[in-house]
Amino acid sequence: MSGKTLFEKIWQAHEVEAAEAGRPAVLYVDLHLIHEVTSPQAFDVLRARGMTLRQPGRTVATLDHSTPTTPADAEGRHTYADSATEAQVRQLEANCREFGVTIHGYDSPSRGIVHVMAPELGLTQPGMTIVCGDSHTSTHGAFGALAFGIGTTEVGHVFATQCLLQQKAKTMAIEVEGRLKPNVGAKDLILHIIGQLGVAGGTGHVVEYRGEAIRALSMEGRMTVCNMSIEMGARAGLIAPDEQTFAWLRGRPNAPQGTDWNQAVARWKQFATDSDAQFDRVVRIDASAVEPSVTWGTDPGKVVAINGRLPEVADEGMRKALAYMKFEAGQSIHGVPVDVVFLGSCTNSRLPDLQEAAAVLRGLRVHPKVRMLVVPGSEAVKREAEAIGLDEVFKAAGAEWREPGCSMCLGMNGDIAKPGELVVSTSNRNFEGRQGKGVRTVLASPATAAAAAIAGVIVDPRSFQEVAA
Amino acid sequence: MNPLTQITARPTVLDIANIDTDQIIPARFLTTTTRIGLGKHAFNDWRYRADGSPDPDFVLNQGEAGDRVLLAGDNFGCGSSREHAPWALLDAGIRAVVSTRIADIFRNNALKNGLLAIVVSPEQWASLHAQTATQWAIDLRAETIRAGAVTVPFKIDAFARACLLEGVDELGYLLKRTDLIDQFEQGRAA
Repeated sequence: MSGKTLFEKIWQAHEVEAAEAGRPAVLYVDLHLIHEVTSPQAFDVLRARGMTLRQPGRTVATLDHSTPTTPADAEGRHTYADSATEAQVRQLEANCREFGVTIHGYDSPSRGIVHVMAPELGLTQPGMTIVCGDSHTSTHGAFGALAFGIGTTEVGHVFATQCLLQQKAKTMAIEVEGRLKPNVGAKDLILHIIGQLGVAGGTGHVVEYRGEAIRALSMEGRMTVCNMSIEMGARAGLIAPDEQTFAWLRGRPNAPQGTDWNQAVARWKQFATDSDAQFDRVVRIDASAVEPSVTWGTDPGKVVAINGRLPEVADEGMRKALAYMKFEAGQSIHGVPVDVVFLGSCTNSRLPDLQEAAAVLRGLRVHPKVRMLVVPGSEAVKREAEAIGLDEVFKAAGAEWREPGCSMCLGMNGDIAKPGELVVSTSNRNFEGRQGKGVRTVLASPATAAAAAIAGVIVDPRSFQEVAA
Repeated sequence: MNPLTQITARPTVLDIANIDTDQIIPARFLTTTTRIGLGKHAFNDWRYRADGSPDPDFVLNQGEAGDRVLLAGDNFGCGSSREHAPWALLDAGIRAVVSTRIADIFRNNALKNGLLAIVVSPEQWASLHAQTATQWAIDLRAETIRAGAVTVPFKIDAFARACLLEGVDELGYLLKRTDLIDQFEQGRAA
């Protein structure tokens, strides 16, 4: 009998009832994260049925999507984009009070983007099942947890039963062989991978990222990679936990402490794919071939190396994407004028992301035609960044230093660009209108975003990084 | 949920690949705390012109009112997990989506709300595309789409199909497994 993959081990450890013909498995959920956008209708279901949460201690809430990124006034009042976003925030606060759910609201020193905050608190741990009404829940796979996004109906299922009905996904290994070149990072790698596989390349699969280049990534880099698994349609992305994972988690508020810690690490070490396990599909990526990469189209699979040229038109989708982006087939991406730079989102708003951008920006000025927004992923990131003076680097460069939240990644809170503007964004989606109606989004790494902010056009960040080094 | 066995609706072709959830319902309309009334924003940025008037060139603004089946390009519903996407489509009168590939989370959300998410082969898609002059009849029990001269078979997840046909509520099904969940939790605590 062949061995098991990491995914299969986690799955098996959470099977309340195995699948049979015509019947899905019942899968137990260890950690349920919620935010204001996808939870209100699920709380309504509980209310309508006179039910409570089965395990309120396994659900943790935060405010991130609809929250303003401008500071509160002297009385602690926030200025919302509109009454609906404020109502949504108030609703989650009220729902958490009514149902006994821990919420990291404005009064919490931990509040942040759900996928930044939960790992920081040590809530995210290897071998867990983690769900959230949010497709970027795949982020938590960086710790060797099976983490995926669910709809609001399923949020209600987890509230009521701590379980989900699930069909087992297929498995895919992405073997990233060799090492990334200097100044090529996790964001470049995942954009390159999605560019290779396409936006539906992972549909129906749980991906495990493996290989030397993945091992060499920081935990934050691994989160960036796993975060974007959904952008190739994958159900989840996973990286087996290792010593780096354990070191990162050690001492965090919700991580096991004392003797429990050693036991936990011993247990976590089992969550690795056996050497004789078989994947349904294996993809090999040569890490040394990855260049700083950006998107040129209106889905995250339309990727080009920073010094490369856009492809020739092969189909209607490409023609449509080029028309929306106001680009020409075969043109260079280098030199494209930039209006706005957004550094933030659950993909790239952690301390090393801000450091990567600050290293490029230090001592320089954002181009006078460019508006740059820096939105730390959490209160903790904001504090840590301020403690080492990164806020001063950004402010001195002329960028706006904001309060934590999802912000311009999807613009629900009013942080949007103007129609026709081009945004170089460290977020995860370049869909039409994602950052405001008619807004054109180019996805990029923090270094590439910072370099674009200075130059006012898309440029290879390495010219700045080599100077900084 | 009411049992769902048959749908008769007019086909509407949206032959664009990778239609993402931000097109189906842009994020700025997700600030609601209910699931009703989202239909007017379905495909908002394709459907309305800058002055807010309906764009007569967009297919959903053409033809008479009534139920529709969307024949969509490959990889429909990619992007976010927002269940607002199927809520908006259903509220806009779209009862089924037929595509050569449908994103996992969208499909899951759709079926839980009685929006049929049907995957067909590229050949079947082409044969359906040639039959858009008449209403289509989708039979969930027989798993067929009858479209003018052609009848296309399809397969939908057996459990989701059974739940739809019988009007079974999946939460009710899960709650019947409370004993098993109790045992699982006790087994882990031990």
